[in-house]
Amino acid sequence: MPFQVAAVQLSPKKADYAHNLGRVGEIFAQADAMTPRPDVLVFPETVLSGYFLEGGVRDVARTRENLFRDLLDQYRKHVRSDRPMDVVLGFYELYRGNYHNAGLYATLTPLEGCSLQPCVRHVHHKFFLPTYGVFDEKRFVSRGRTIQSFDTRFCRAAVLICEDVWHSITATLAALDGAQVIYVLSASPGRDFVGEDLGNLARWKRILPEIAAEHNVWVVYSGLVGFEGGKGFTGSSCVVDPWGKVRVMGSVLGEEIITAPLDLDEIAVARAASPMLANLNSALPDVAIALDALAKRPHWNRSEAFLADDIAGPMPEPDMRQEL
Amino acid sequence: MRHLPVIAAVPPDPSSDENLAINAPLLEEWLVAFLQDEIVRRRGFQKAVVGLSGGVDSSLTAFLCAKALGPQNVYGIRMPYRTSSKESLEHAQLVVDQLGIQCRTIEITDAVDGYLKFEPEADGRRRGNVMARMRMIVLFDQSAALRALPVGTGNKTERLFGYFTWHADDSPPVNPLGDLYKTQVWMLARHMGVPEVIVSKPASADLIVGQTDEGDFGISYVQADRILYYLLKGYSTEHIINMGFPADDVALVQQKVASTHWKRHLPTTAMLSTTSINDYYLRPVDY
Repeated sequence: MPFQVAAVQLSPKKADYAHNLGRVGEIFAQADAMTPRPDVLVFPETVLSGYFLEGGVRDVARTRENLFRDLLDQYRKHVRSDRPMDVVLGFYELYRGNYHNAGLYATLTPLEGCSLQPCVRHVHHKFFLPTYGVFDEKRFVSRGRTIQSFDTRFCRAAVLICEDVWHSITATLAALDGAQVIYVLSASPGRDFVGEDLGNLARWKRILPEIAAEHNVWVVYSGLVGFEGGKGFTGSSCVVDPWGKVRVMGSVLGEEIITAPLDLDEIAVARAASPMLANLNSALPDVAIALDALAKRPHWNRSEAFLADDIAGPMPEPDMRQEL
Repeated sequence: MRHLPVIAAVPPDPSSDENLAINAPLLEEWLVAFLQDEIVRRRGFQKAVVGLSGGVDSSLTAFLCAKALGPQNVYGIRMPYRTSSKESLEHAQLVVDQLGIQCRTIEITDAVDGYLKFEPEADGRRRGNVMARMRMIVLFDQSAALRALPVGTGNKTERLFGYFTWHADDSPPVNPLGDLYKTQVWMLARHMGVPEVIVSKPASADLIVGQTDEGDFGISYVQADRILYYLLKGYSTEHIINMGFPADDVALVQQKVASTHWKRHLPTTAMLSTTSINDYYLRPVDY
């Protein structure tokens, strides 16, 4: 049975948690009245604060418990029906003394008329923190250390955040862990106006269909919009099917909701036609051995002292075979 | 023996402008959105004030502002000095007429000469800096009078060359063109319909009679931008020369960039604590 997802692209008010939370509440109300009504609402990375905060991360970060309570309050304030809704949302989290760029997956329920228990099903901490060029995440937040899939009401899923997905191995790990849907939360600043698309967007348009098609999973991407200090985010939220086909895509600049049904049967059909994930699973022990060897490879660095005469000629190349 | 056809990669062509090409319609849409977001949404202004010099940078900025805010909300301020060329005023008027924006002409001669009469030995550079700073006094005062945000017009090439007066041309809080090389400004200006007479004339700061940017630089914008493209990407000067660029041109461009980093920063403050602003205490501009 398909379930309906909706990705919401918003332009948050900088560092104003209460205002942005209120807008999320308004979206709950709009979604509740939509036909078909979304079962899962997906908000972008850092939607409650804006992305570029520098030291301001500590001002706006919330614990997952506080955020969950606030989201539940908003849901119960704005939603008139007696139906639950799942929400995936990016925020800065304070977790056990560390700040993280995080993505939460929760099930929200009305106060009455619903037998489901509201709950937080998973919180992902961004695994790859971009710290180059315009990005400076490692200075202000700590890196997540796990890629995990988890069970939801509809299927097994994973949450990844922005640069996480620029390393194809994260989607591979999520798929190996059983994810049928990968929710990607993003705040991607636009750059390079040479081609038909912005440079970063062209990259997303290659990456998302590739990870969907390689692992035959659904991919739901939610992108921030608006400008922060001259840097504009490129929206383009989308849903990609397990064949790698983009089913729906939002605009680059506008605040909007894009929505599509996700039919899990399509995963099985696609995997039967192109069993890449099964092939990877069968080869996994050998892949693991290769990865383990790479991880344990000694780092090459010329540590012994040397004299000026030693570098009269070209520096010797490292012999990697010895180190392996 | 039958030889197979060989298909070889073409090496980079130093005379190609492929790297500097822009998707002009996409860029226009983006910069209009940028101005709407930064001026209206983030700062709460409905109007903008632009110093109109008659050159391509300020003309293009006026075109973008008119599209972003509506021509009735854009104020073009012409600020001639007595030695400014008549052509500059006329070209600024072309922009005003074509866009239908508001316009005012405020001559800065009395204000500039009021100070310079005490400094009769001031050379052209000093006099030019006084004029540029006086224009910013006027622009920011008009901003207060009109409740309109000053919008900057500096392009990436002149910013990289330090070819501006510190805390003058670079002082408006919002700048749509600062990450566009001059040759890219020309492309976008042509796309948006800036009068060709403005786009194709030699760029000039018009601070000294007969002055042109390229005359001051000693290199054309076209050649400078091609070299800057590779330099800013991180290629070494040796690598750029090996690609076929003249060593003198590369050295000139590299020296101009390397000697002007300070102009692209706020003043240097002595750091004394672990809460030093912009060293330890870090908040973005729109926080």
